[in-house]
Amino acid sequence: MDFGLLGFGVDGWGDEMLRGAFMTLMVSIAAYSLGILLGALGTFLKLSKSFFLRLLADIYTTIVRGIPELLIIYLVFFGGGIMLAKISALLYGGQGYINLPVFVTGMICIGFSSGAYSAEVIRGAVLAVPKGQIEAAKAIGMTPFTLFKRVLGPQVARLALPGMGNIWQLTLKHTSMISVIGLVEIMRQSAVASGSTREPFTFYAMAGLLYLGITSISNKGFSRAEKWAAKGVRSE
Amino acid sequence: MKFDVMKESFPKLIGGVPETLLLVSISLLIGFILAVVFAQLRLSKNIFWSWIARTYIYIFRSTPLLVQIYLIYYGSGQFRLLLQDIGAWTFFREAWFCAIMALSLNTGAYTAEIIRGGIQSVSWGEVEAGKAIGMKPFTLFRRIVFPVAIRQALPSYGNEVILIVKSSSLASTITILEITGIAKKIIAATYAPIEVFIIAGCLYLVINFIVTRIIEYAEHKLSPQMYR
Repeated sequence: MDFGLLGFGVDGWGDEMLRGAFMTLMVSIAAYSLGILLGALGTFLKLSKSFFLRLLADIYTTIVRGIPELLIIYLVFFGGGIMLAKISALLYGGQGYINLPVFVTGMICIGFSSGAYSAEVIRGAVLAVPKGQIEAAKAIGMTPFTLFKRVLGPQVARLALPGMGNIWQLTLKHTSMISVIGLVEIMRQSAVASGSTREPFTFYAMAGLLYLGITSISNKGFSRAEKWAAKGVRSE
Repeated sequence: MKFDVMKESFPKLIGGVPETLLLVSISLLIGFILAVVFAQLRLSKNIFWSWIARTYIYIFRSTPLLVQIYLIYYGSGQFRLLLQDIGAWTFFREAWFCAIMALSLNTGAYTAEIIRGGIQSVSWGEVEAGKAIGMKPFTLFRRIVFPVAIRQALPSYGNEVILIVKSSSLASTITILEITGIAKKIIAATYAPIEVFIIAGCLYLVINFIVTRIIEYAEHKLSPQMYR
């Protein structure tokens, strides 16, 4: 093993690996945020009175949680490319294949998967808020928005925090699969580096350490946030 | 939609199901044994053993499975001469063994935490009663702790099994022809990704549906008093 390879500058791959880590972080945050939005939407649908909307949300979470993320990435990337090419052929007589932007494709795929898991966590948190509080809020005439802002929102955020921490870890690890369509994040960068230096172990071990670093730091962040959110909770 | 491609690729994709099931069942089996051992070590009073188990669980749960697969399959190439000397190269040369190894170690770490939770949920009274009538540690584990722990851990373990079914698709990245690998191969030949991936996705859904049913059945069998 040649540790000089991990240095910075022209000869070392250290700076490239760090750039890969930055890309992993960016795409994870993007996918996670999309996941929270979809999770909130999914919760709203799952708890709605309409049978059709509930069914829609159930289909979404069941399918996305039952199919490998890798397959979803392939489907959206290659299938989406072909669909776009067909549309462009129809509209402008365009020819050939259209490559989808890898960052956006990866973000959407992992975001949808993250959203399905988030929906379950957020739904659990909403159901854990005592019914009496909501009834009380309605009884004193709060509008739905005020009710959400003052009663439901803050409590759901606190109750969902531990579960959402797990989903962040899951999302972060799942973004490694976006490397198969060519996004230059940690995994892709390690593949490039090990291809040109013939030291795959060194670079994949480095990749593992980078992921370990990110998960450890974000773990600390989440447990701090949990402590902060539990400040107002009475404990026996 | 090219329905002829769908019809043609269906039997080929079905042909990948045994490989997927084989990968999943062997790694679950090895992973479960690892998990029972490491859960015991994790709870042991010896600081050294518990540290070893903690480190193993921490490393494998904090890194993506893809890193673990590449590290074992591609990474081992860097130590080829050494591995040849000790005769382990025949294993590391085979993508299949590497996939099994990565999947087993991965699920072993997750399952160890699940089992630990189960073991810790066994009430003290039961353990003390077992000790009081003179059970040896092994008998105590086999008759009291393990059955109760498994019952407690089964729902979480069901989720883990589904995650491993999904994760086994990553084996296709190191040339293994399970469902996803075969799907990729057909697409390279027919250029019909949507049709082929939809069928592949349905196969995974069916497998996972059956897995959930089996776990539900096992839950039912293991705690009959709850469903009387």
